[in-house]
Amino acid sequence: MHALEKILANASGQAVVEAGQTVSARVDLAEVNDLYLQVLISFREMGAEKVWDPSRVVFAMDHYAPAPTIKSAANQKVMREFCASHGIEHFFDINSGVCHQIMVEAGLVRPGMVIVETDSHTTTLGALGAFGTGCGATDMAGILATGEMWMRVPEVIRVTYEGSVPEGVMGKDLALYTLGQLGTEIAGYKAIEYSGEAVLNLPLADKMTLCNMAVEMGAKTSYIQPTPDVLEYVRARTGQEPRPVFTDPDFRYHEEHRMWIEGMEPQVACPSRVDNVYGVTQVEGERVDQAVIGTCAGGRLEDLEVAARILAGKRVNKNCRLIVVPASTEILRRAIDLGYVQSLIDAGAVLASPGCGPCLGAHQGVLAAGERCISASSRNFPGRMGSNQAEIFIASPATVAASAIEGRVADPRKNL
Amino acid sequence: MVIEGRVYRFGDDVDTDQIVPGRYLELVRPEDIALHVMEGADPGFSARFVPGSVIVAGRNFGCGSSREHAPIGLRAAGVSCVVAESFGRIFYRNAINVGLPILKCDRIRSAVAEGDTVIVDLAAGTVSVPKRQEVLQGERPSDRVIRLLECGGLVNYVRERIGSGEAKPVPVE
Ligand code: SF4
Repeated sequence: MHALEKILANASGQAVVEAGQTVSARVDLAEVNDLYLQVLISFREMGAEKVWDPSRVVFAMDHYAPAPTIKSAANQKVMREFCASHGIEHFFDINSGVCHQIMVEAGLVRPGMVIVETDSHTTTLGALGAFGTGCGATDMAGILATGEMWMRVPEVIRVTYEGSVPEGVMGKDLALYTLGQLGTEIAGYKAIEYSGEAVLNLPLADKMTLCNMAVEMGAKTSYIQPTPDVLEYVRARTGQEPRPVFTDPDFRYHEEHRMWIEGMEPQVACPSRVDNVYGVTQVEGERVDQAVIGTCAGGRLEDLEVAARILAGKRVNKNCRLIVVPASTEILRRAIDLGYVQSLIDAGAVLASPGCGPCLGAHQGVLAAGERCISASSRNFPGRMGSNQAEIFIASPATVAASAIEGRVADPRKNL
Repeated sequence: MVIEGRVYRFGDDVDTDQIVPGRYLELVRPEDIALHVMEGADPGFSARFVPGSVIVAGRNFGCGSSREHAPIGLRAAGVSCVVAESFGRIFYRNAINVGLPILKCDRIRSAVAEGDTVIVDLAAGTVSVPKRQEVLQGERPSDRVIRLLECGGLVNYVRERIGSGEAKPVPVE
């Protein structure tokens, strides 16, 4: 069996499961974010009275942090009251950050867990060897009521990277390159495992970004076999000995793809598809009015470090604005201590509160018609960050930083 | 379940941001969400849409964000069924959970035109297009999915289960 299958077998009390089979999995951790008051509405409509296990439920106020409108404020208010009255132990208010990051920092995520969140990018947690998957509000209400979710055991696709990661190339570039090669549908209902020395040697931040973007290929979940440094991180954060799960040597993957990355350029997804990907030298010079570094796919400490390094002593172009959104308050604090925030602000960046920021077009930097943005976030669909007539390029934090200096899409390798 | 309606046609990769743009996610009442449905793909859609009609789309309809607002809005706008060549995984699940009939059917996008009438037989998994005298065979939903849709979605289903002391959501994938 694959590690992911073993996790589902364990969660459903069976010795063996196989792809295609439907199981009812016990959920180790369930997270609700502030977009989905519908969870509580469905929960009530189901006739449920109590949350199955308040110690396994997390609420995060991250998409609207802090609330930009009266409606979103009212939704958050109901959630706060629900959490207080149901004794929910893990409540992260607007001063925390994006759910996928803060749950990891808080030591709630361990290898081998089944974690379901009301957010498609829950695939991120595969970087720690967990089975993370997203669901909708009513599915989540069912989990809160019963502690279980029915799911189909996914086939596993393995993507193996060969060669070493070139200078100036980040996990985000690998994710975009893979999307460009494999498209947005390759992994519908399936899982993606990332493997190869190049990936295993990436810092955890980059592994999380890679697993995050798996959902853009349709994946239900993703996985990277935890390496000693990841296990050490989990040990330090959770205070427990992690118990990673391993894939049997005779496991047969559903599909295998190999990516040769030696000499690869930084990558850019052009408007308005995440798989419309080119090497940066083919896109260089395209005008951008706004640049965003941050979110759950580009706002970790390593991301801010590279951006600060590129922008130190430089100025953001006068025709462009740069918004920086740390993925969590812990990251913000460390970025202040390490001087990254100073360098970014000196260069002309504006700092938004940790959370989702402008990623979903709700606040903190929405785009006008005709504007163009380059962003280290995850999606460039039409209307994602504001007007339907705005255009979005997706790239690594390094490429976004270099582009902010020029006011045009730029190759970060010149600035490193 | 047999559904007959006029077709509104869309292309490939209509993601949930286009179905209900992010700026409306604070909305909760289905009738409020319905006013903005498909706004990202076709800004005049909700004003023009005739309730009871069917949405036909190409590949990967509903990919992207997990927002249940997408199927909730479509259903509240009066969409009677969505037929597409393939669906985003979470959207597919969500649609069934909120009781929005949904059918996967290869070649559907090229087989019908905007304004055609189609007859969808959900249990059989077929779409017939009387004008073209054609019947397309789609992917027949499992009995479980049909049962969920007949219940009007997961809420009703779980409510019945909780009522009978056997609280179990239903598999829908
Ligand atoms: S940062 Fe963007 S992609 Fe990540 S959870 Fe928030 S809205 Fe979703």
